Order: sequence, then structure tokens, then C-alpha cells
Amino acid sequence: MLQINCPFCGTRAEIEFTCGGEGGIVRPLNAEALSDAEWGDYVFMRKNPKGLQHEQWRHSSGCGRWFNALRHTVSYRFEATWKIGEPVPAEFAAVVNEGAAQ
Amino acid sequence: MQHFSIWSLLRNSMSYHEGWQKQWRSPEPQREYDVVVVGGGGHGLATAYYLAKEHGLRNIAVIEKGYLGGGNTARNTTIVRSNYLWDESTALYEKSMKLWEGLSQDLNYNVMFSQRGVLNLGHTLQEMRDIERRVNANRLNGVDGEVVTPAQIKEMIPYINLNTRYPVLGASLQRRGGVARHDAVAWGFARAADARGVDLIQNCEVTGIRREGGAVVGVDTVKGFIKAKKVAIVAAGHSSVMASMADIRLPIESKPLQALVSEPLKPIFPCVLMSNAIHAYISQSDKGDLVIGAGVDQYNGYGQRGSYHTIEHTLQAIVEMFPLFSRVRMNRQWGGIVDVSPDACPIIGLTPVKGLYINCGWGTGGFKATPGSGWAMAHTVAQDRPHALNEALSLNRFYNGHLIDEHGAAGVAH
Repeated sequence: MLQINCPFCGTRAEIEFTCGGEGGIVRPLNAEALSDAEWGDYVFMRKNPKGLQHEQWRHSSGCGRWFNALRHTVSYRFEATWKIGEPVPAEFAAVVNEGAAQ
Repeated sequence: MQHFSIWSLLRNSMSYHEGWQKQWRSPEPQREYDVVVVGGGGHGLATAYYLAKEHGLRNIAVIEKGYLGGGNTARNTTIVRSNYLWDESTALYEKSMKLWEGLSQDLNYNVMFSQRGVLNLGHTLQEMRDIERRVNANRLNGVDGEVVTPAQIKEMIPYINLNTRYPVLGASLQRRGGVARHDAVAWGFARAADARGVDLIQNCEVTGIRREGGAVVGVDTVKGFIKAKKVAIVAAGHSSVMASMADIRLPIESKPLQALVSEPLKPIFPCVLMSNAIHAYISQSDKGDLVIGAGVDQYNGYGQRGSYHTIEHTLQAIVEMFPLFSRVRMNRQWGGIVDVSPDACPIIGLTPVKGLYINCGWGTGGFKATPGSGWAMAHTVAQDRPHALNEALSLNRFYNGHLIDEHGAAGVAH
């Protein structure tokens, strides 16, 4: 079981958490103007990288709050977790802003 | 290819079975192929086999990063059934079932296909309504199915505890469903494809997909560039990684799916039993191990292992239903990487790149489809257009909205 550091509560066991999938996906503001391709891309297409991935997790059996995480999809190791709305930890900013390097 | 029969067995027994040929060659890659299939698992080998058999292509290579059938083909729980809900998916799985029924003869290889019946349990009234609906849909599609009562389940498995926390209210039963020997499926397709001239190239990772003017021209591999008129990606577990080499985005999330086997027991479990509600499925292999599958882990992962609480959850359900298994020791536990699609249906078809085809998204249940998937994929690649069986299963459905929601029938933990 993974040990996950909730930015609000501290380190807890994975069983308390729910994985919310890829993070940083922004809902388009001009939804009515999107083409089918753009809308399908937003709703369904995922990066699914083999390597570091920006994710969102929820401490569902704890504080109930969502937060950001950067996790490696081969080692499963959490490199960082941070609150929604906070800046990305500086050492990982390049990875997250590029959209999780492959 | 040496034909396997009672006579060849007898003849070779005279020479202490030392005269058997290798089952397939291990050639070095040629410079150019008509079709390169990326991925030497069951689906990839079946694709190559049906390309050679049904479409008369000769110049085909299967390129595999590791060894043949070493990925999900070796890691699944070997269940075969075709009792899906929607017409589009049922048609493909039933095509596969029909191929399974003649596969050992067709391949001249015993895939140990055993139609011992598959039970899908219902634990709530709504689940029973869904089961009734699915069985009726199956029968309208010519797929066998029946709804069985708790008493009938008890008759099949006398030691089952039906009065669990979520009591068993009934089940669907597909008697033609069952299990097959997973490794033999890969080996049988490999041997039969090799006999038709397909080059099976192992230990050869694909590192890039070369394109010119929007059309595929070949693949870069660790053994150098291989020119190809057509390339078929059949690399479950790494579909997104492969597709990204051609700048194609997929609606796939790769997740760990775990399974485990017990020590071998005398024959005790007569069928395949699955429960979506409590996330458990179990059968017994011909070797005697109880084969138990867990639900899919919640996070994306390429690590071929998952979290312990996931299998613990499954074993709790198994032990509650089968108290007499509580002291059976588990021998091995492992994970495979499954490509989960948003509607729990596969993607088989063309891509935006000309000459590049993809077969992925089988989620937790690709093994049962191995022959049908290869058959449909071979048609798609050879004709450069999908067969009627996989027309609806294109990548395009995520743009035009025609999803085929099989979450109810697809598996254990979507």
C-alpha cells in the first residue's frame, strides 16, 4: 500500500485516498465554440505517461479535500503533493508545466 | 511445421522425444516488411496469423520487446465468455467464442479450451434486473445465457455461502464460457503464424514510429530501422506510449490489475465464478491452482504490481463466499498493466496516420477476445478499413459520442 502525504493531514495509508486521475486538465471556458475534436480531446484523451505524472487525489476518508500530486507511474513513488491553488513546488515546476514529461 | 497428432506423438516416443523441431524460428529482422505488428502477445500473434491465413499476406513480422506472450497474455486469469450487453461488443466477443470453439484444431495446438460455464453473480435487486436484461440481450444476439437461482448455484457449488453480507440473489450463466490455457494460446498462434512464414522477432523493442507525409514508413527498433508498408500497434499495457511515438492521443489509462494463484488442489471448483459487486472472481486451473483475480488498482501504473489492499479486499470476498478456502495458501501474486478505456470497450481500427493501425483498450478482459481481436484486426490492416465487427469500435467514437458503455458486463472493477 502506498503512503501518501496529504498536504492538510500528513502521511496516511493509500486506503484513505481516492485517485482522481490526471491533474491540471482545465475545462475550456468557450465550451459551446469547441469542435467535436477539441471537446473529445478535453473529455477523453489522456497523457497516460510512463514516468512522472501530475495527478489529483482526494483524501476521501480523511479531510475530504482534493490536492495535487506528482507521482512516478513505474515506481509509484510520490515526488510531491501540494494544495489546489498553490504554486507547483519549484523543483518540479518545469515537469508539471510541460504537462508531465514522458 | 511438424504436425501434432497421436501418430507423431507415438513416432517421436520411439526416439525418446528428442526429434521434435523447435516450434518457431527466431529470425533476424529483414530490412522491409509489408506489415509489422508491434507486440508479440496473444492479440499480436493472432493478428499476424489471420493476416497470413485469411488475407494471404506473407511478408509479416511480429516485433516483441520481451518474449512472446510474456505480458498480459501470461498474466490474465484465462476466462473466456461472450455475454456482453451491447450488440457491437457482443458481436465481436461472440465471433471470438466461435473461433475458440475450433481453435485447437485450427492451430493444431491444444489450447485446453474448457467450456465449464461462467457464473456472474448478482447481489442486489438492481443487479438481478441488469442480469435479466443482459441475458435477454445475449439470447436476442444468439449468445447462450440463462438466469439461475441461488438453489441452482448451490447445486453447482455445494459449499458456497450464499448468505454473505450482500447475499447472492442469483446469477447469469453462460455454459459455453470457460477457460483456456493462456500460454498455449500465445504459443499456438506463434507456431501457426511461423509456419505461414511470419517472422517472430523477440527482444526487439520499438523505439520510434517513422512517418513521411502523414503516412507510416517503418519502425525504429533496438535492432535498427525496419521499413514497413503498414504498422499495427497491438501492445496492450503500453498503447499510450506507442501511440505517442506517432503523436496520437488515446483515451486510455494504464492501470495495474492483480491476480493470484493458490497451491494446487484436487478438483474442487467446477466453473468460473465472477462477482462485480464484491470484486472477486475465481476458477480452478487444470493444474489445480485456484486462480483468483482482483479489481483494478485506482491509479495509473506501468509497474506490473499493485497495492496490497486491493487483493486483500478480493480475498475477503472469496473467503466469505467460500469459507473452506480460508486456509488455502496462496503461491504467487502478480500484476499486469491493463489499458482501460472510458467505455470499457476496446479500440480497434485506423489512426490519423495512414498505414498505422491500433488495437488497444481491452481493459481487464482482453484474453477472451484474443482470436476475434486478431481476426478483426487482420481484416482492418489488410483491407485498410474496419470489418463490420469492429466498425463501431474506432477511435473516432470518442469524438462523435457513440460510446458503447460496457461497464456493467465488461469486468470486475470498472
